[in-house]
Amino acid sequence: MATVSMSVNGKLVSRDIDPRTLLVDFLREHLRLTGTHVGCDTTQCGCCTVHVDGKAMKSCTLLAIGLEGAQITTIEGLAKGQELHPMQAAFREHHGLQCGFCTPGMIMAAVDMVNRKGNHLDDQTIREELEGNICRCTGYHNIVKAIHSGAEAMGAAK
Amino acid sequence: MYPFTYHRPDSVSAAAKLAGDAEAKVMAGGMTLLPTMKQRLASPGAIVDLNGVSGLSGVTVAGGKVTIGAMTRHADVHTSAELRKAIPALADLAGWIGDPMVRHRGTIGGSVANNDPAADYPAACMALGATIVTDRREIAAEDFFTGLFDTALEQGELITKIVFPVPQKAAYQKFRNPASRYAIVGVFVAQTSAGVRVAVTGAGESGVFRVKSFEDALSKDFSAKAIEAIKLPTDGLNSDIHADAVYRAHLINVMARRAVDAAK
Ligand SMILES: Cc1cc2nc3c(=O)[nH]c(=O)nc-3n(C[C@H](O)[C@H](O)[C@H](O)COP(=O)(O)OP(=O)(O)OC[C@H]3O[C@@H](n4cnc5c(N)ncnc54)[C@H](O)[C@@H]3O)c2cc1C
Ligand code: FES
Ligand code: FES
Repeated sequence: MATVSMSVNGKLVSRDIDPRTLLVDFLREHLRLTGTHVGCDTTQCGCCTVHVDGKAMKSCTLLAIGLEGAQITTIEGLAKGQELHPMQAAFREHHGLQCGFCTPGMIMAAVDMVNRKGNHLDDQTIREELEGNICRCTGYHNIVKAIHSGAEAMGAAK
Repeated sequence: MYPFTYHRPDSVSAAAKLAGDAEAKVMAGGMTLLPTMKQRLASPGAIVDLNGVSGLSGVTVAGGKVTIGAMTRHADVHTSAELRKAIPALADLAGWIGDPMVRHRGTIGGSVANNDPAADYPAACMALGATIVTDRREIAAEDFFTGLFDTALEQGELITKIVFPVPQKAAYQKFRNPASRYAIVGVFVAQTSAGVRVAVTGAGESGVFRVKSFEDALSKDFSAKAIEAIKLPTDGLNSDIHADAVYRAHLINVMARRAVDAAK
């Protein structure tokens, strides 16, 4: 066992963990933040996407022990109280989900996409950028629409 | 995953010392190592995490050479403005690796050390005539990639940086496997003062290789037409459910021609 401390959604947390603990298990099992999902556990599907120091990464393929001092944001950290983040609101508005399993990862990837590529995203950019996020329900069409509109809304909210 | 001891050294020398233990493995981005450990295909007794070692990342361009630190993430290679001016083909290549999340974490050093037969960077290293710099020596790309997942690295030897001579023109063209995003065939073409070099990834049974017949033809006439009629033998090419050797041989020619047309 070893101790690791990091900031998760703005709160400092510290736990004794087995060095094998993946970030996603740290979030789900140790912190009970179950919004981050495990779809594949093989770095393919993107359901486990969170932000590490402001960048989207797959939390099923990161060791928690290696993230001493890091700033983590999960899907639980996006809303302000009862008010949804503009990207979350856009997914609801545009019906960008069916079962919802991929959605936390989609939204975290979408916010990262806006951070890097700006608020005016064309469909081709969105589709290319979603390379690492797999949805088995929607056929992606409404996800692309949601991200397009969420990106614009994020710009307007600034 | 089997249990391991975790180390986070803060210098190259401390890391090399820890990695000298036959049980130990160094971890860079972990994008290949951790999935392999989860599948229990690797079970190192100790992990030496390089993420705490400073001075191993960044792109610098000077004196006709681009130097990229081993821990530089694919995303940072892709977006380096200096690199885009010096070797745009290499910046483009980094943007075709995996997906945005993998590119935020995976490193050039990890990719080169891993020498996956379908990885992209080995083709760039071979075609550009890169030098792999370790904590103890400098190795020419030609001597570095020794076979499937095999390199000239000794136990505990760490890649610290990779040096690429700036070519006159170059391009990389990748035919992606749509599921894994790795190359089914990837061809890197570079025109240098010493002639043209062509390296192929994804297709060879023992990893990345150069294509002499294309190089000779392109050194005389740098145009897609010059290689159009050259048929490649299928010996040593991969056949799998994605593509057989005949198809791959054909694709190498197509991708090489596209690379010649795209070279800048
Ligand atoms: C979904 C997915 C898609 C991918 N698609 C592609 C693709 O299209 N093209 C492609 O090329 N790659 C692809 N990759 C692989 C990716 O590029 C990895 O980042 C890379 O292969 C390994 O880099 P890493 O930094 O993660 O290394 P790690 O996984 O940490 O290490 C890999 C190996 O290299 C050794 N090592 C690491 N750093 C050093 C060093 N400095 N010195 C000596 N040894 C070292 C480790 O001990 C280990 O054996 C993909 C990966 C995933 C998960
Ligand atoms: S669970 Fe991490 S990528 Fe699928
Ligand atoms: S909504 Fe079901 S997996 Fe995407």
